Amino acid sequence: MEIFGIPWPLMLSQLLLGLVNGSFYAMMSLGLAVIFGLLNIINFAHGALFMMGAFFAWMGLNYFGINYWAALIIVPIVVGVFGILIERSMLRWLYKLDHLYGLLLTFGITLLLEGVFRSFYGVSGQPYQVPALLSGATDVGSLMLPNYRAWVVVASLTVCFATWFVIERTKIGSYLRAGTENPKMVEAFGINVPLMVTLTYGFGVALAAFAGVLAAPIMQVSSLMGSNLIIVVFAVVVIGGMGSIMGSILTGLGLGVIEGFTRVFYPELSATVVFILMGVVLLIRPAGLFGKEK
Amino acid sequence: MTTAAEPKSIVEKERKMGIALEIRNLQAWYGESYILQDMNITVNQGEVVTLLGRNGSGRTTTLRAIMGLTGARKGSIRIGGVESINLPTYKIAHLGVGYCPEERAIFSSLTTEENLLLPPSVSKTDKGMSVKEIYDMFPNLAERKASQGTRLSGGEQQMLAVARILRTGAKLLLLDEISEGLAPVIVQALSRMIVTLKAKGYTIVMVEQNFRFAAPLADRFYVVEHGQVVETFAASELDSKMPVLSELLGV
Repeated sequence: MEIFGIPWPLMLSQLLLGLVNGSFYAMMSLGLAVIFGLLNIINFAHGALFMMGAFFAWMGLNYFGINYWAALIIVPIVVGVFGILIERSMLRWLYKLDHLYGLLLTFGITLLLEGVFRSFYGVSGQPYQVPALLSGATDVGSLMLPNYRAWVVVASLTVCFATWFVIERTKIGSYLRAGTENPKMVEAFGINVPLMVTLTYGFGVALAAFAGVLAAPIMQVSSLMGSNLIIVVFAVVVIGGMGSIMGSILTGLGLGVIEGFTRVFYPELSATVVFILMGVVLLIRPAGLFGKEK
Repeated sequence: MTTAAEPKSIVEKERKMGIALEIRNLQAWYGESYILQDMNITVNQGEVVTLLGRNGSGRTTTLRAIMGLTGARKGSIRIGGVESINLPTYKIAHLGVGYCPEERAIFSSLTTEENLLLPPSVSKTDKGMSVKEIYDMFPNLAERKASQGTRLSGGEQQMLAVARILRTGAKLLLLDEISEGLAPVIVQALSRMIVTLKAKGYTIVMVEQNFRFAAPLADRFYVVEHGQVVETFAASELDSKMPVLSELLGV
């Protein structure tokens, strides 16, 4: 079976690859959106914290014998606590200033973190084994479905939609939504907004670290893996529009898939298609597809 | 300025005297601008007090300063006898204060009911009104509880903004221009509500431009000008004070 002269299995495998990349875009841009909403900080360090997540998983396995499944839980907590320290010690002085200061500070943190890992491990990637339970592939008829990649899509979508549910449908989420709109008023109701801000940053960072652990067996674990990803993720955020939870999830997934199909039909364009779309969206809807005009 | 460690006796004394709010030599800034120059206000428990004055005289800033929402503050603000000048905003609310700002601050990302349920309880002893009591008082809000908060009419948004602080057990209410821009029938409903709240023992500080709304409700009036109190009188003195008032306010 063929579609537009492209064999069906090739199409499916590129769709899956697109979904895998899209899952990472979704998790990363979701974290950025939540952080930007409440903290007004464009967290450039998000990519470096993703890299840190992957590296901690690798270090945990090689130095302490912490397996993949344990790392999936422990690493986001550790990196999340690291994020909380960043927020408490540095970011909180910047909330009243222009976005630019937050961007510059987190860019500096990125350079520091990448520098530290590069000086210890160089720039060449470290391999991380796919966990035994998920190695191999399943025959689904027209395609051999790699188990680990399927797991990445399922796990990240579960986390994304759980996050969406908590923010949009629960009491705690209503504090976050209200705080994003008018933090001073929420505080005047007696809610400890400074604590909420700290925990939100910790959560966003933990989400990046979780994505990092998921990525370790697929991408090479290297000090630069975050910078490669974050550039695309920022384009995703611009296309989706800052501040919308569902918007960032759908845009992330959608762009991954579009990238995948571009690789099938016109491979030369696959690395730039996201940026072309970004340009088009900026011309038509400057606030992004799901963003609100201010 | 008083320090955080308060002698217990003062707190108890003021409670016994029934003082809900005591503002002494309050100064407040917004960035560089010096707004409150020397505010002195005392509100007894169960009293309804109205701050009158022209636009920009510092009445709204007084309410915001009580909540810690201005820039720097100096002086003393005792709420139920507890000094709050150095407390963060969220702790001030937990002294039993409910604040309804002039701009109403209804959240557009929350439904009417989510808006109503948002403020947490701020009193250990006082339960506040139940959701049912509030819906009985404002049937419109019950009908539209699933609507986006900002889709309500201006009057309904105002009711919601007041209603949501009645649930929390706050006994000191700071109400900023609640009658502003509303149809007469809604203004009447709000004025009945103030009477009901007063009967239930709430202490209310109102900022009002609408003198005819405020006059029959308040026990006492403060006239504010250039960030200071320039005149204060009781409701019983209202008639004799009208000449002074019309000069100060142009009413």
